[in-house]
Amino acid sequence: MSDISFPKGAHAQKSLLVLDARTRKRNAAEARFRRMGLVAVTIGILALVGLLSSIIANGASSFRQTFVNLEVYLDPAKLDKTGERDPAKMAKVTTFGYAPLLGRALAQAVEAQGISTEGVSKKDIEALISKEAPATLRNMVLANPELVGQTISLQVLAQGRVDGYFKGRVTMESAALDRNISPEQLEMADALRAAGIITLGYNWGFFTAPDASDTRPEAAGLGVAILGSAYMMMIVLCLSLPIGVAASIYLEEFAPQNRWTDLIEVNISNLAAVPSIVFGILGLAIFINFVGLPQSAPIVGGLVLTLMTLPTIIIATRAALKAVPPSIRDAALGVGASKMQSVFHHVLPLAMPGILTGTIIGLAQALGETAPLLLIGMVAFVREYPGSPPEGFLDPASALPVQVYNWTTRGDPAFVERASGAIIVLLCFLVIMNIAAIVLRRRFERRW
Amino acid sequence: MSLGLLSLIVLGLAGLGFFVGRSRALAVVGGDGRKLHSLPSYHGQSVALFAALPAFFVFGVWLFVQPILIEGSISATIPDSVIPEGGALSLVMADVRRIADGLDALVQAGSLTEASIAQLSTGNTDIRAMLAAGGVALGSDVPQAVLVAATEYRTLSGAGRLAMTGLVLVLAVLGLVLSLRRITPELRARNISEAFVKALLIGASLVAILTTVGIVFSLMFETINFFKMYPAKDFFFSTVWNPQFRGGSDLGILPLLWGTLYVSFVALLFAVPLGLMIAIYLSEYAGPKLRGLAKPAIEVLAGIPTIVYGLFALVTVGPLLRDYLAQPLGLGTSSSSVLTAGLVMGIMLIPFVSSLSDDIINAVPQAMRDGSYGLGATRSETIRQVVLPAALPGVVGAILLAASRAIGETMIVVMGAGAAAKLGLNPFEAMTTVTVKIVSQLTGDTEFASPETLVAFALGLTLFVFTLGLNVIALIIVRKYREQYE
Repeated sequence: MSDISFPKGAHAQKSLLVLDARTRKRNAAEARFRRMGLVAVTIGILALVGLLSSIIANGASSFRQTFVNLEVYLDPAKLDKTGERDPAKMAKVTTFGYAPLLGRALAQAVEAQGISTEGVSKKDIEALISKEAPATLRNMVLANPELVGQTISLQVLAQGRVDGYFKGRVTMESAALDRNISPEQLEMADALRAAGIITLGYNWGFFTAPDASDTRPEAAGLGVAILGSAYMMMIVLCLSLPIGVAASIYLEEFAPQNRWTDLIEVNISNLAAVPSIVFGILGLAIFINFVGLPQSAPIVGGLVLTLMTLPTIIIATRAALKAVPPSIRDAALGVGASKMQSVFHHVLPLAMPGILTGTIIGLAQALGETAPLLLIGMVAFVREYPGSPPEGFLDPASALPVQVYNWTTRGDPAFVERASGAIIVLLCFLVIMNIAAIVLRRRFERRW
Repeated sequence: MSLGLLSLIVLGLAGLGFFVGRSRALAVVGGDGRKLHSLPSYHGQSVALFAALPAFFVFGVWLFVQPILIEGSISATIPDSVIPEGGALSLVMADVRRIADGLDALVQAGSLTEASIAQLSTGNTDIRAMLAAGGVALGSDVPQAVLVAATEYRTLSGAGRLAMTGLVLVLAVLGLVLSLRRITPELRARNISEAFVKALLIGASLVAILTTVGIVFSLMFETINFFKMYPAKDFFFSTVWNPQFRGGSDLGILPLLWGTLYVSFVALLFAVPLGLMIAIYLSEYAGPKLRGLAKPAIEVLAGIPTIVYGLFALVTVGPLLRDYLAQPLGLGTSSSSVLTAGLVMGIMLIPFVSSLSDDIINAVPQAMRDGSYGLGATRSETIRQVVLPAALPGVVGAILLAASRAIGETMIVVMGAGAAAKLGLNPFEAMTTVTVKIVSQLTGDTEFASPETLVAFALGLTLFVFTLGLNVIALIIVRKYREQYE
């Protein structure tokens, strides 16, 4: 029999230690497949590293800022012609009245340092200072009229191109083609820096200042956006946590198994997959057009994000409730607690760490969401800080991710730096939230 | 009385009711709690509920109904003559409301008295200037009829507000007193308060349904309006997308759908093989150390907001592809392109595909692998010929879910794909998608009467139907597959 089933040549292979061609091929295929997997993992991790490093490389410089240190003489003849130091009358002098003072102060400093002014006019010297600086000075003087007549030392923002030059974004070559700055001005800026009049410092204004217009990227900050995002997160937390927990308790503990409950469950899992922009359309149609809430208001953003976050929170809460063993419920019922008491006194406290973890992750998702906010008008240019809650919820505000988008649509490349910086801030918030979630889970989650 | 104060008073009454009810329950049984059916605090809760609920119910309904009634009666009195040519009654009513608010503000500031308002007339006062001083800016001068309507509006809403305040307070006190008098040892107060809590829970779970209903209705309603103005045939079958804000636009969805599908296809082409290989490697080959490191790192990609990917596409990937691929090959000069958006979206989808497939691959029973090894198959042969075929339905489900994500993604395509609606094959060209056009038609000044704005709702509905369909199919497949091995 064996003669038939073993064709001739099958035993040509002499030793088991020497691999035949087919085995070698199969082993090579195995190694190849394995390498492919490793390459895929590497590409995935490289993508993450590339993404983060590109953002950080573009944005890290936005946390530093170029300043000009000046001794400014506040000329009473220009700022307060009546001599009464009455802020109401002094307010008639616009920022155009203040700009020459700053220009003159810088020109004097240039002269005192003996820096050559060849090819640089008076106007060019004044242009080294940001257009935002006169407004800053004006607000300072109007707040304290006694300053008029004195010489004060002041630190003001340098122009965006000068800032870019010291950060390496603007070069002599690009300056030669640029209407806003000339190579001679940059050489002067170099000399001023050597003299200590121009310095690079930490950019606190980036976190506190409101947005600035297209021509003043150096003054643009995230103040309004951070505040707006914080307001929205407050609304999302206050609405989605109670509603989400209540809905999950009902579905997990009380709901009878019937069609109706099934419908709700299918609904929730589908809502979790609805594109976020559709929620924006919902917000526009219902909250703004139908209910009549104002555009750009944090309350509308908060409500839309609440609806988006609810499925996440409900899914997490139900998982947390499911993880509490039935023996806890049975024990509570056994000593005479009502169903409601067993849930609220025993099951819910035990599920709380899981619920909070899910909530934080849901909030982190909501914080980074952009598309729906574009549709409800959060993209508008807002320079005023919103008021304090609850009235502030109705004031126009911006939001962190929307501010990023807003900046990327502007022409000046300095805004790309700002946008990347804003993303770093956003990512920092997200990292903090996620770490909080992980810590919460590690410390309090119980396994039965 | 302001609304906030009124609700505070009602809440205060409810709080008072809680404490009084609790002590009264104890007093009824002479301090011996054992004789009560329910714990004293449940009696307190039910008293508080009876004090607050009816009052707040009337409060809410009144706030909703009163403006509708008043607007109805006032707008009936406005003569047609004051409605400007081409304007609408609603604009005049908006003026009426603003004037009424302005008068309120002036009275509050003390610069007007109730008596002087009754004598106001457009003949002897410049209403516009007066209101501007009070912080209310009006677009035009005020006709006498509008002023009369505004004062009437003020009187009516003032009276309505007063009546509401009275009714709400009476209801709150009545509820408080009646429920206090009802307290007996036998009263099942716990059941009352638990029934209320249960109603709250059910209400909360209905929010999800309401959201879906809200989405469907708001999309349907405006889409129907859109199709009244623009023929549905042209919308679905025209190959030209060219909105003109003066009218006469071509609003064909085909180029947008093509762009959406093209970008999603590129993204999936990138993400599916990578994600699948990552899942296979991490679940079948990698040691615990690498797995513990690489799995969270890949999942971090899922937690990064899409705006970050958008910026990555805009400032890094786009220029890179343009300078090193498109321009040397002579295929295009635009940094925003299908490939840019597709590639970056692919990165975003990697964790999505990989973690779903990971679950599915792990769900394949170990016995199937062992059987294959026992027959002498290598690991890769086992994976390719046993594990993957067994996991195929689940993997298909995961891919469909990823596809629905890709179709609905907005920020990456807004910042990476461009805005030109085109039907082309060159992946280095800028194309546009449904979501990009929703954003561009609905941001900025939106007037809800033109087809150019309303088309966004039709696009939204299309998007919703597409993604919903994909999700439902995917969920059915995944669920079926899970049952197979459980």
